[in-house]
Parts: sequence; C-alpha cells; structure tokens
Amino acid sequence: MSDLVLTALRLGFLILLWILILSIITALRRDLSIGKKARTGQPTAREVRKNPDLAPEPVPAPKKTAHTLAIVEGPLAGTSLELAASPILLGRAQEATVVLEDDYASGRHARLFPQGSRWFIEDLGSTNGTYLGDSQLTRAQPVDVGQTIRIGKTVMELRP
Amino acid sequence: MSEIQTAPVPRRNTELVLLVLALIVAVGANYLVSLSNPDGLDEGFITQGAVLAGMALVMHIVLRIWTKYADPIILPCVVALNGIGIAMIHRLDLVNDDNAATRQLLWTGVAMGAAIITLWAVRDHRILRRAPYIFLAISALLLILPLVPGLGRVINGARIWIFIGPLSFQPGELAKICLALFFAGYLSTHRDLILLAGRKIGPLQLPRAKDLGPMVIAWLVSIGVLVMQSDLGSSILFFGLFMVMIYVATGRISWIVIGLVMVAVAGVFASQVMSHVALRLNSWLNAFDPDVYDQRYGGSRQIVQGLFGLSSGGLFGTGIGNGRPDLVPLANSDMIITALGEELGLIGLVAIILLFVILISRGIRAGLGSRDSFGKLLAAGLSFTIGLQCFVVMGGVTLMIPLTGLTTPFMSAGGSSLLSNWIIVALLLLVSHNARRPAVTGPLNERDMAAAGPDISARAKEREEDQTRRRGKAPASRTTPTNGKGDPA
Repeated sequence: MSDLVLTALRLGFLILLWILILSIITALRRDLSIGKKARTGQPTAREVRKNPDLAPEPVPAPKKTAHTLAIVEGPLAGTSLELAASPILLGRAQEATVVLEDDYASGRHARLFPQGSRWFIEDLGSTNGTYLGDSQLTRAQPVDVGQTIRIGKTVMELRP
Repeated sequence: MSEIQTAPVPRRNTELVLLVLALIVAVGANYLVSLSNPDGLDEGFITQGAVLAGMALVMHIVLRIWTKYADPIILPCVVALNGIGIAMIHRLDLVNDDNAATRQLLWTGVAMGAAIITLWAVRDHRILRRAPYIFLAISALLLILPLVPGLGRVINGARIWIFIGPLSFQPGELAKICLALFFAGYLSTHRDLILLAGRKIGPLQLPRAKDLGPMVIAWLVSIGVLVMQSDLGSSILFFGLFMVMIYVATGRISWIVIGLVMVAVAGVFASQVMSHVALRLNSWLNAFDPDVYDQRYGGSRQIVQGLFGLSSGGLFGTGIGNGRPDLVPLANSDMIITALGEELGLIGLVAIILLFVILISRGIRAGLGSRDSFGKLLAAGLSFTIGLQCFVVMGGVTLMIPLTGLTTPFMSAGGSSLLSNWIIVALLLLVSHNARRPAVTGPLNERDMAAAGPDISARAKEREEDQTRRRGKAPASRTTPTNGKGDPA
C-alpha cells in the first residue's frame, strides 16, 4: 500500500475519533440544555405511547383549596402562614419553614406538601409522631380544610 | 446534595448508534495496526473485532432488558477506550513479539461478563447499601491478601500481586470498589450526624473528633498500603476517594482542608523515610539529570523516553504503527498514554482524554440525578476513582506530578484493572438507570408498602427524605409527572 494511502488512513482515523466525540456530544446536548428544550417532567404523548409507565397518574378530585396554615395552640399560637405552591417543612431545625419551638417536636418533624390541588401531610420519622385529627400518621395523608394537625404541643389547621 | 432530573426516556437507540461508531473506531485502530504488520491481516484482527463487538452488543441487549433507562453514553465511551487500548497493545506486541493483546482481549471478555453479571445480580444499586461493614471487611481482606506469604509476590518493588497457579491478580483493584461501596453506605447513613455536629471556627465548621474516625481509618489504610505494599498510586487513590466522598456527602470545605493536611503530613513522612518514594520524587524533580536518567533502579529513563515519544508524535502523531513507542519500558501498561500520544499525536490524545472526561462527567451526572444519597455518593466516588487514576497516570507520564504505578483505566494491559473498571461501569449504569427512570412521586400508597417488603420503614423514610429534599430545595425548577398540568410558573 502506498504511503499516501497510509497517511490518508491515519488521518482518517483521527477524524473518525473526533466524529465519535462530536456524536457523543450531540447526544449529550439534551442533558446539557437547560430550559424548555430539556423538557424535564411532562413526557409527550408519543413518549407515553412508547412507554406506558410514563403516563401521569390520575389527579385526585379537586376539593376546596387551603391558602393559610394557622397555628391554633402551642408556643406559636396565633401565627399563620400563607401557603404557596412549595412544600413546608415543620420541625425544630433552623432550615424548617415553620420552626417549632416545641420540646416534643423533632428537628425535621413533618412535611406539608401540595399534590394536585390538595395538601398532604407526611411524618418524617419523628420521635413523637404527628397526629391528623385523632389518629397518628403512618403514611402521607391528605389534609382537608379545618382538620387539625398536632405536633407535640402545637396544633395547627388549614384554612381557606 | 443537589439533584437534577431529565425527562425519563430510555435512549437505547442512541446508545446503539454511538456503540456502532465506537466499534468502528476500535476496529479501525486495529486495522491500522494490521497495516503495519508485515504478515498483513492476521487472525488476531478478526477475533479482536469479533469479541469486542460481540460482547459490546450483548451488553447493549442486557441494558435494553434490565436497565433500559441507563445512560446511553457510558457504554460507547468505554468500548471505544477499551478497543483503542487493545489495538495499541496489539501494535506493541508486533514489535515486542508478545501476546499481551490476546490476554487483554480475554480479560476484556471476562470483565464485560463480570459487568453483565453485576447488572443482573444487583439490578437495584440500593441493595448494596444494606451491609457497608461487609464491604469494609472484604476490602480489608483483599488488601491483606498480597501480604500473605506464598500468595503474594513482589514485582517491580511493589507487593500488590497475588498468584494462584498460573493466574496473577491485583486484589487492590477490587478493593477500591468495595471501599467506595463502604464509604457510600457509611456516609449516606451518618451524613446528617456529621453535618450537624461540630463547632465553628471562622469560616470553617470543624467536625467532631468522633466523626473524624473513618477519615483517620482511611488515612491509616492508605499509609498501610504505602508502607506494607510499597504502592504509592493505590494509597493516593484510596485516600483521594474517601476525601471526595466525604466532601460530596457534607459539602464542607473543612474536610478537604483536614484531608490535605493529612496528605502533607504523610507525604513528608513518606519522602523522608521511604526510599522508593524519595526515588520517585527525585526522578520527577531531576528527570533530565544524566545521573538520574541512568540510575539502575528507579531512574527517570521511562518518563523521559515517554516525553521524547510524545514530542516526536507532535500534533498529528506518527500514525499507528509508524512510531517507536516500544522504546519506552512498560509501554503497554504504565506508559500506554505516551504510546498513544506518540502515534495519534496531540489531536488523538486529546480525543482520548475527552472520552475519559465524558465518561467521568456521565458518572457524576448519574449521581446528580440519583434520588438517594447512597447512589449519589457511589456514583460520585466511582467516577472520581476513574478520574483520579487518569490524572495520576497522565500527570505522571507528562512530568506534572511524580510518576506512580497506577493503570490507565480500560487501556493499560492488565486484567485486574480491566475487571474492576468494567464492574465500576456496571455500577454506574445501574445508578444512572435509577436516576433516569420515571420518578415515583406523591404519597406512599398501600401497594408500594406491600411491594417494599419487611424493611419498609427504612425505605419509606428514605423516600420521604428524598422527596423533601427534592421539593424543598428546588420546587420551581421542575414539574413532577403527577402534577397534571404544566408548571404554572
């Protein structure tokens, strides 16, 4: 084989290597892009058809929505908090949204989070437990307007 | 620890296209090697191409079946690196009249088989979290094995090999995976404690003396490896691994400061007391000194020859089969980077380094997307070991840092390194599958509880923690699939 062909093949190999790199980077582009193109979250109809397990779960029926969390009893009694779209962490830790000054509350005690149009409360493995009405939480449960949540000595409820 | 999610779409077809490209690169490299062979295309060319392509495709199918959401980039990168490595070893075989490439090919098959078995046996990386101390014990055992008389043997001054009959193996390579599993398991359960306790001095929050324990253990293990096995590379690797994992777990710069102080202490100690470390330092600082160059043991000839090779390669390289990488001692293992740099030039070497960078970044990305802290730590730690090995080797052969005997992942001739790195790849693929598959969000329902089995409380707790973290820290940046309508913000 002539030297010219050999040199061409050797340069061709370098080009091939870089084609591989560039194709990998093209394939990566989707992960790297931030914003609308990255399409995190909602899968498209086509993706759902191809992978049925991507289909969004049915949303629970809408109820009367709550807009404030009012603390009824306990050291913080009388205060209330506007509920936005983000979840709320209840506990004694400084990072908590509502910092409970309550000796019976754990650092990260419970979490109140929106799901669909309802709010759910979930115990985060607290020492003394979280009560919704009279029953202790064993799993995340929806909270309706007017139902009382008790953590240690603090009692709170959702209000419209 | 932060978390970023992508749309949960399996991208196996992308992987297949990239894999075919990677195989073309690997076979092309081997074809160029065959061109320089006076015998023309030998049977080695065909078997190498066939084994590599066959195993890669089997692995691809396995990924399609068991982990269909796994990262599509990792496998093609690794196959390309492994293929180029085999081609280079084959090329050096032709000159040295050796059959290292056949052995390497055999080990590649074994290693990919081990990776497939790992994928099949583990399935969900979280089961590895259950018994961190077992992994600690295994790694201690693996590290002690070479010291057992009759089993271990000293090669090139380091006691890191075991010999069972005709087979030789470096157990330290597997120990690094076990150590990463232990650190990930330990730190993911003790993270909160380490994070909260301790007093603050200036901008640094110092950990409690009690929490320093594991770090001291890691430090002692590294020193032990250095002293007992005379293996500088592994000892750097183990300590670096722990330092990075605890930094990823806590995000505290104080750990890095403490770690660097410990490294400095150990470094001064080693360079003063241990002769081979001092030799390494000397051949790094005075590499071009004729006395050091000609030294019989621990001289700088290897490094300097490697540098000459790199410089004769220049920008475009001499072309595969056209250079003299065989002049460098151990060109197919420790110095394979300079061999590649000589024959592929800067352009080719940068491409190879980029493949490593992409691979490592995909591993860290898998950690970033992972929903549990164990997966995060494991992916970060394992990809970091690959990165640190590359840095130590490439820094060593280019005289940036003292040369230490670590292997270039996936490329150097050597079965143990290949085996452990392929297992690392399997673990990274598993973590990335878990990170990229559709999220199960919303409250825990009875079905999940029943499916979760006896250790439900731990899992439920972890899910809650993870959800809190996800929702609490970045609630506006993404919508969950269960949200019904799109994000109003």
